[in-house]
Amino acid sequence: MGESLTSEPTRVPIMEKPLELIIEALLFASSKPLSVQEIHRCLPDVPDAYIRTALRGLEGTYDAMERSFCLREVAEGYQIRTRAAYAPYVLRMLKSSPSRLSRAALETLAIIAYKQPIIRQEIELFRGVDAGGILRTLLEKDLIRIMGRKTIPGRPLIYGTTKRFLEVFDLKDLESLPKLKELKEFGAGDEGAVHLPEEDGQGEIFQDSETRPASETQGLLFPEDGESPTT
Amino acid sequence: MSTMDYEVKLEIFEGPLDLLLHLIHKNEVDIFDIPITTITEQYLAYLEMMKALNISVAGDFLVMASTLVHIKSRMLLPTSDEDGEEEDPRDEITRPLLEYMRIKEVAQDLSEREILGRDVFSRQDDGSWYDAEPVTDGPSLDVSLFQLIDAFRRIIEKSQPGAMMMAFRHEKWSIKEKARLILSLLRERQEMYFKEIFSEDRKVPEFIVTFLALLELVHIGLVQVFQGSYDTDEIRLVANFDGEGADELGGELNL
Repeated sequence: MGESLTSEPTRVPIMEKPLELIIEALLFASSKPLSVQEIHRCLPDVPDAYIRTALRGLEGTYDAMERSFCLREVAEGYQIRTRAAYAPYVLRMLKSSPSRLSRAALETLAIIAYKQPIIRQEIELFRGVDAGGILRTLLEKDLIRIMGRKTIPGRPLIYGTTKRFLEVFDLKDLESLPKLKELKEFGAGDEGAVHLPEEDGQGEIFQDSETRPASETQGLLFPEDGESPTT
Repeated sequence: MSTMDYEVKLEIFEGPLDLLLHLIHKNEVDIFDIPITTITEQYLAYLEMMKALNISVAGDFLVMASTLVHIKSRMLLPTSDEDGEEEDPRDEITRPLLEYMRIKEVAQDLSEREILGRDVFSRQDDGSWYDAEPVTDGPSLDVSLFQLIDAFRRIIEKSQPGAMMMAFRHEKWSIKEKARLILSLLRERQEMYFKEIFSEDRKVPEFIVTFLALLELVHIGLVQVFQGSYDTDEIRLVANFDGEGADELGGELNL
């Protein structure tokens, strides 16, 4: 990454087919997001910058043509996805009424997404309730993963989100999570009140690599209405 | 009010914070200036109602009840810390409540995104009937415990359909023995497929013992597990020791 994005080649000399279309074929056939590196591995002669340009070209093409699908940058890769307006039809075709993620599960997932690496005890402090069952569900759905154990008494497990999480929630990377609004008018700088201090590097993180994007994609996940119960 | 009404309502409050937030909204009070007496009374009344309905009250609710009562009593006393600054006893619940509200907000944000499988769809894995070449260069992907278990289940199902249901008798195979076997295979080859370590296994308990042995070896760091490439579910095991050291290490296995 970091090559100049201003270069403007759309075709690579030796290739018989336009680069954009070759990349389109790869994306079309892939069941998981393809990173620029993965595309590059299939096209070793093509510099990354060309690939990026071609990806942007495809993105623009689909938008301009108002196709039923678009190119999204998710989970540090690119993926062709149908547009939301076509969901009812696709669901009919898949004959799926997919399982839902409960509000509790969604909240727990949000805590993990924003506060990772985090241990169960800290998660429970946020919601004030036991999180065991929910954590198991989220692990099974491959939305969270165990990153290691914290080197404190009891050696509790440390949780974080997976690549699958990014994929499902249409996120490019963790940085693109919507920003957490600061607690206003209240104890600025005193935010540690609820969550325990995050001593980075205190735990042993097994391996901070990506988890496999799940291959079974059928209807997964659905946050429930998520509407506030407090009304 | 029928019992049904209560049940529906009760399900909503999954925890004390949820209930507190509900009371605060219901009373339309400022979260930064919670009328602790009113809220505490209502909170306790709610717990009473749960008891009356014979619903077991989770411990978390009781802890919050005592916190509220404690805050209420502290409110009656003049408090100031060393700097002479007033310290509000209610901070104890205000902070967690604010944090919780924030979490609810972002959870809401998340649920409004274009979610894969609900709003948008991508190509689904067709189970790849073609054989993908395992990737030998390039980064490997980590395999989670659940994926390993899943792969294990598939091997069993293939070998003995329906066999996952059977009851086990006493152990005939030891994890130690199987771990040694895996190590010796890896010593020769450094790398092998997940399914290969089961090639000698005949009975379900034996499969399981082999699997447990593998988990143990991964746990103590002698074996690393990778997934070959994204289009195949082939999982590879890679030795994480020198060929020579294996005997020694195998001997140390404390299983």
